Amino acid sequence: MNEGLVILHTTLFDLMPILAVIFIFQYLVIRRPIPHLKRALLGLVLVFLGLALFLFGLEMALFPLGAMMAEQLTSPAFLPTVTEGLERHWTHYYWVYLFAFAIGASTTIAEPALIAVSVKAGEASGGIIDPFVLRVAVAIGMAVGITLGSWRIITGVPLHYMVIGAYLLVIVQTLRSPKFIIPLAFDSGGVTTSTITVPIIAALGLSLATAIPGRSPVLDGFGMIALACLFPIITVMAYAQIAEWRQRRIRAKKRSPSVGPGHGNGHKSSK
Amino acid sequence: MSLLQTLFKQMLSSMRDLAPVVIVFSLFQFVIIRQPLPPDVSVADLLIGLVSVLLGLTLFVKGLEIGLFPVGENLAHAFARKASLFWLILFAFSLGFGTTIAEPALTAVAGKAGLVMSDAALIAPELEAQRQFAITLRIVVALSVGSAVVLGVLRILKGWPLHYLIIAGYALVLVLTVFAPDEIIGIAYDSGGVTTSTITVPLVAALGVGLASSIKGRNPMLDGFGLIAFASVMPIIFVLAFGLIGFGGAA
Repeated sequence: MNEGLVILHTTLFDLMPILAVIFIFQYLVIRRPIPHLKRALLGLVLVFLGLALFLFGLEMALFPLGAMMAEQLTSPAFLPTVTEGLERHWTHYYWVYLFAFAIGASTTIAEPALIAVSVKAGEASGGIIDPFVLRVAVAIGMAVGITLGSWRIITGVPLHYMVIGAYLLVIVQTLRSPKFIIPLAFDSGGVTTSTITVPIIAALGLSLATAIPGRSPVLDGFGMIALACLFPIITVMAYAQIAEWRQRRIRAKKRSPSVGPGHGNGHKSSK
Repeated sequence: MSLLQTLFKQMLSSMRDLAPVVIVFSLFQFVIIRQPLPPDVSVADLLIGLVSVLLGLTLFVKGLEIGLFPVGENLAHAFARKASLFWLILFAFSLGFGTTIAEPALTAVAGKAGLVMSDAALIAPELEAQRQFAITLRIVVALSVGSAVVLGVLRILKGWPLHYLIIAGYALVLVLTVFAPDEIIGIAYDSGGVTTSTITVPLVAALGVGLASSIKGRNPMLDGFGLIAFASVMPIIFVLAFGLIGFGGAA
């Protein structure tokens, strides 16, 4: 009971800043009444109750689920046996990688926000981008990000090497991708880290770092979320680059009989 | 009543969000691991927790839709259209700060960070010290998102090119990574990913789109997004700097 009160109390505290911002700016700066005030207040009550319930469920289910899976999949009884004294090879943890991949891909592919965004992108691209393939690209990016994140925790590769590598790739791709895809690619990184997946991934990473000999939670346990955000950017831009390249080839094929060895065609299609 | 109907619809969509998690976990537990749950995990607690998550997410998202979002978007559009630069900047900062403090994904990660930091003896082992670290981390991240939104607003007003600013942000992240204590790096990088979530994105995007559409010759789709991109790089920079100042000697 006491715990419930603490959650209600902290939730109220969490919501204070945004409520203060909205009411102060509305009444002291804009100086107009809030439209549909009753409805808005009802909404705020729902936000308060919902957030408190969610934070309670987070501790009861989402954290334990992530931790439980990491512990079971890394327990010596479950892993292939190794000779006494020998160090375990990172390939022994293949179920961990498969689990990471499955959780990343499955939570992303059906994400409603992503479905909405990908349909819009299909329209904006004039048919070059297939909304379903785009969703697959984001889901693969997310899944690869989490899988690499778990591999990194198991092997102890420093997180910043992987992040730096991904940054460089993102920068190069940003300079070479079709313009319309760039905002979308960056947005897709944010879409994947939903309120349900973040706590599960965080608990998974920390428990992996606790369970694997030689790893520490504070040095190795974080970073999966960062990689899960970065890799969809890469796969989405890669998909757009491939789609555009194919489009250009089809166009070049169509034109080649009438137009001579195409000069200037590339400029038209890329801008 | 229509509210109940929309709540029910929202619940179905929350179920769809939660379903892949339940399916993947069950598949691994019953088909691959094929062991009873570990003794310290209670099935009843898990079920109560999952139902709480489901109900909580339903009420939360519905509440945002009918309460916070219309009012916030209305305000964002009002400020984007007519406010003086001073009020616009102050509003942008406050909006970024307030939405980030309330973001549940950040609450989750910050709580874990406090726990881990105290296990590693970087802060005191008491619960109070962990809470203190978690709330400080959330305030640092919220300040960073506030600054990111201000930068994004200035960019839209001045027409600065986005990718140079992002690349500069990445470069700053890399430089700070070299100097920051190792213990903060993972937490810092992860905090960039959790900020752009349920509450922050719609409200901040509304400000961006409102601004971009009120200035001639700006593309709402391109400019509205810049705010979010900054909001995921700036927290990394701020948390690394926070680690450098707060735990500089720890490395």
